[in-house]
Amino acid sequence: MDYSQFGAMLPELIILGLFFIVFLVDTFTKDGEKKFLTPVTAILFALSTIAIWIIPASDQAIFGGMYVDTAACKVMKAILNIGVFIVFLQSAEWVRTDEIAIRKGEFYELILVTLFGMYLMISARHFLLFIIGLEAASLPLAALVAFNKKHYDSHEAAIKYILTAVFSSAILLMGISFVYAFSGGSLYFEDIRNAISVGAHSGLLICALAFVIAGIGFKLSLVPFHLWTADVYQGAPTAITSYLSVISKGSAAFAFFVIFVQVFGTLYSGLWEWMMYAVIIATITVGNLFAIRQKNMKRFMAFSSISQAGYIMLGVMTESAMGLGSMMFYIFVYIVSNLAAFGVISAVENKTGKLSMDDYDGFHKTNPRLSFAMTLAMFSLAGIPPFAGFFSKILIFTSVTAVDSMALYMLVLIALINTIISLYYYLLVVKAIWLKPGDAKIERFESDKCDRVAMCLCVSGIVFLGLVPYIYDYCIEVAPTAIATITTLL
Amino acid sequence: MFSNFLIWFVIVPVIMMAGLACCGNDNMKAIRTVMVVCSTVLLGMSIWIVCEFLHLRAAGDTSEMLFTGSWMWYAPLNIHLAVGVDGISVLMLLLSAIIVFAGTFASWKINPLPKNFFLWFALLSTGVFGFFISIDMFTMFMFYEVALIPMYLLIGVWGTGRKEYSAMKLTLMLMGGSAFLMLGLLGIYWHSAPAGGEHTWNILQIAHNNSIDPSWQNLLFCFTFVGFGVLGAMFPFHTWSPDGHACAPTAVSMLHAGVLMKLGGYGCFRIAIYLLPSAAQELAWIFIILTGISIVYGAFSACVQTDLKYINAYSSVSHCGMVLFAILMLNKTAMTGGILQMLSHGLMTALFFALIGMIYGRTHTRDIREMGGLMPIMPYLGVCYMIAGFASLGLPGLSGFVAEMTIFFGAFQDSDIFHRIFVIAATTSIVITAVYILRVVGKLILGPVKDEHHRQLTDATWWERLSTVTLIACLAGIGFFPNWLNETIQNSFTPIINALNSAL
Repeated sequence: MDYSQFGAMLPELIILGLFFIVFLVDTFTKDGEKKFLTPVTAILFALSTIAIWIIPASDQAIFGGMYVDTAACKVMKAILNIGVFIVFLQSAEWVRTDEIAIRKGEFYELILVTLFGMYLMISARHFLLFIIGLEAASLPLAALVAFNKKHYDSHEAAIKYILTAVFSSAILLMGISFVYAFSGGSLYFEDIRNAISVGAHSGLLICALAFVIAGIGFKLSLVPFHLWTADVYQGAPTAITSYLSVISKGSAAFAFFVIFVQVFGTLYSGLWEWMMYAVIIATITVGNLFAIRQKNMKRFMAFSSISQAGYIMLGVMTESAMGLGSMMFYIFVYIVSNLAAFGVISAVENKTGKLSMDDYDGFHKTNPRLSFAMTLAMFSLAGIPPFAGFFSKILIFTSVTAVDSMALYMLVLIALINTIISLYYYLLVVKAIWLKPGDAKIERFESDKCDRVAMCLCVSGIVFLGLVPYIYDYCIEVAPTAIATITTLL
Repeated sequence: MFSNFLIWFVIVPVIMMAGLACCGNDNMKAIRTVMVVCSTVLLGMSIWIVCEFLHLRAAGDTSEMLFTGSWMWYAPLNIHLAVGVDGISVLMLLLSAIIVFAGTFASWKINPLPKNFFLWFALLSTGVFGFFISIDMFTMFMFYEVALIPMYLLIGVWGTGRKEYSAMKLTLMLMGGSAFLMLGLLGIYWHSAPAGGEHTWNILQIAHNNSIDPSWQNLLFCFTFVGFGVLGAMFPFHTWSPDGHACAPTAVSMLHAGVLMKLGGYGCFRIAIYLLPSAAQELAWIFIILTGISIVYGAFSACVQTDLKYINAYSSVSHCGMVLFAILMLNKTAMTGGILQMLSHGLMTALFFALIGMIYGRTHTRDIREMGGLMPIMPYLGVCYMIAGFASLGLPGLSGFVAEMTIFFGAFQDSDIFHRIFVIAATTSIVITAVYILRVVGKLILGPVKDEHHRQLTDATWWERLSTVTLIACLAGIGFFPNWLNETIQNSFTPIINALNSAL
C-alpha cells in the first residue's frame, strides 16, 4: 500500500492530530488545572482552520477513488471550521461552569470526532466511507446532547436523538444495500452512476432513492423526517444546539448534493427531483408555520432552521456548479447568522437562565449591544438587505431559476412567499426586543469576553459577507470540482 | 468608482449613519448637527445634479442616461452596481432630498432613543437614493428593500396608536409585494438576452436587447406591476397605507408618503412598462381598472374619516392611484403628468403630514371633531394647512393643478370607450377631493374654537417654519414654472414610448 496517499487527507489528519493533542492534554492534567484546555483548543483550532483554508487542494482521488480532495471539499471544510471555531468561543463560558468544567475535555474531543466524520462525508465518493463518516458524525452527537448530566431534558433529547439517528441510519443502509444489489457489487459512486445510466430502471432503485433521501433527510431535518428536531434542540445544551443546527446541517447538505448529482443524477430523467420538489416545499412551509407559535427560543430556532434547510436544499435542485456554489455560500451565511442568534440566546441563558421569547421584552433597554446583534441576525435570517442573508437567498433563487423550467420557477415562488411568513416570526423577536413597552425582564449583564469576540465575528460576517462578493465568487469558482466525475482525478 | 458623482448619493447617507453611530445616545446637539449637515449636503448635491443635468442636455448630450457608471459586483451572475440618471430620476432625487431635509427638521424633538431613530431614518434614505440612481435591477431591488425594512422599527417604536399591528401589516404587505417583484425580476434576468447571449440585469441593455418572449412578458408584467403596485397603494393592495401612515411618526409619514410610495410608481414604468412593452400594451386595461378604483375609492374614503392622518392617508391612496393611472395611459403627455403628480403629491403630502404632526404635538388629538378654529390661535400653521389643501385640490398656481391637468389631457388622447369611462370616473375625484379638503379646512382651521384649552397653544417654532417654508416654496415653484419640469421629464420618456410603439 502506498502510504503517501494519506497526504491528500491533510484536513482530516489535522483534525485527528488536534484530537490527540486535546486528548493528551486532557488526560495528563489534573482536574483543577484544566483552565488551559479551552484557550489551547481554541488557538490550535483557529490555526488549523487557517491551515485548511490556505493549503491548496491536491486534486487527488485516493484509495481507488473512495476519497477525493478537491477545492470544493476543502472550502466546505474550511467554512465548517469557521463555524466550529465560533461555537468554541461561544461555549467557553458554559464549559467553565462547575458542572461541565471537569468534563470539558470530553466536550472538545467529541466535537472534533464529529467534525472528522463530517469531513469524511464531504470527501467520500464511496458509500462505505460515507457511512463511516455519517456514523462518526451522529453517534458522538448523542453523547453531546446528553452533556447536561443533571437535566432530564438533556437525557430525553439524547434518547430521542440516538433512536431516530440509528433508525435513519438503518433505513439509509437498507437503501445502500439495494443500490449495491443493483450496481452489481460496487459501492463506488462512479460505478453506481454508470450502472444506472446503462441498466434497466427497477422498483429496487426507486426504493433505494427514497431510502437514501430519508436517511440523509434525517440529518438535515427535512420534513417529514424532522420530528426529532424541536425536542432535541430544546433539550440539548445551547452550545450543542447551535452546533447541531449549523455545522451538522451544512456538511449533510453538501454530501446530499454530491450523492444526488453524482450518483442518482441520471435516474429516470430526474425522478428524485420530483421527490425533492415535494420535500422542499413541505420543509420550508412546515418549518415556517410551526415556528410562528413557538415561545421557547430554542424551539423557535429549531423550526427556523428546518425551514432554512429547505432553502439550502433549493441549491440541490439546480444540479449545477452555480447551484452548489450558491448553496455553499448560503451555508456560510446561515452559519454566521444562526450562530449570532444562538450567541445571544446562550449568553442570556448562561447569565439569567431565561429562554422564553416573552423574557426578551424590552431587551434593548438593558442590553443594547446584544439586542442590536440579535436584530441583525434576525434580519439576516429573514433575508433583509443589506445583510448577508439577503444575498445568499437571492443568489440561490437566481441559480434555481437559471434552469429554464416553469416547475422550478413556481418552486421559487413558493419559497419567496415563505420568506414573508418567515419575516413575520423573525420580526416577532425584533418586536419583543424593541417594541414591547414596560421594563426589561432581563437585567443588565456583562457578557463574557469570548462571547464578545464570537459576536464580533458573526456580526461582521452578517454585514460584510454580502457586500463583499469575493467569498461568493470563490465558492462559484471551486464548485465545478465537486461536480466533475472522479475519472478526471484518478 | 468614487469619481462618479451619483454614487455619493449613497455614500453620504452611509457617512450620516456612521456619524450618528459615533454620537452619544442622548447627545441631541451632536445628532442634530450630523443630520442637518448631511441632509443639507444631500439637498445641495441634488440641486447641483439637476442643474448639471439640464446644462448637459442643453449642451446637446442626448444619451439616454447621464452620469453613468458601472462596476462589477457579483461576477458569476453578471450583477453590477450600475448607476445613471435621466430627467425623471434627477427630479426624484431632488424630491427625496427636499423631504429628507424637511423631515429632519420636522423630527427635531423626537423621543425616545433619538439616535436610533435617525439611524433607521438614514438607512431609509440610503435605500431611497440608491433606488433612484440605480439602473441595474439587482441593486435597484436591493435598495428598494433597504428602504422598506426600517419602516417596521420606525413605526413600531416611535409611532402612535395601534403601532405594532400597523407596522407588522405594512412590512408584511410590502415585503409580500417585493416577493412577487423579485420573481418578476428573476424572470426578466433569465430572458434578458437572446439565446446564447450573456444575461444582464442592466435595464438599458435589457431594453436594447428586447428579447423577452411575449408569453413570458405577460406573466412577468403581472408580477412586477403588482410588486411595485403594492408600494404604489394600488387597490386592493392599499390597505397597509392608511394604518401605516396613521401610526407612523411625523417624519416617517412624510418620507413614506412623500418618497417611498413614489418608488412604486417609478418602478412601474422603469421596469414593468419599459422592459415589458408588449405585455404593457396587452394588459394595461386590468390595472387601469384597479387604479381607477383606487382613485375614486380613496377619495370617497377620505370624506368619511375623522382622523386627520387617515384623511390624508386615503387621499394619498387616491393621488398615488392617479400616478399609476397616468403611467398606464402609455402616452407621453399622461406619463409626464404622472411624474409631475409624483413630485406634487410628494411635496404636498409631506407638508400635510408635517403640519398634522405639528398640530398633534400641540393639541394631542388628531380628531377633527375635537378641534376647531385654529386660525386665530396658530395663524402660521393654519395658513400653511390651507395652502397644502389648495395644492391638493388642484388650485391653479400650485403644483396639483399642473399635474392633474397634464394627466387628464394625456388620458383623453385614447378615444375608445373603455378609456373614456375610466378617465371620466377618475376626473370626478377632483370634485371629491375638494369636498374633503374644504370640510377639514372649514372645521379645523376656520370655524369656532372647540376646546378652550387650545387658546393657550403657541404657533410654529423656527425649525417648524423652516421645514414648511421649504416645502411650500417647492409647491409654488412647480405651480408657477412647470415648463422646465415638463421639458426635463418629456425627453426622458422618448425611449419608453419608442419601446411601446415598437411593441404594438
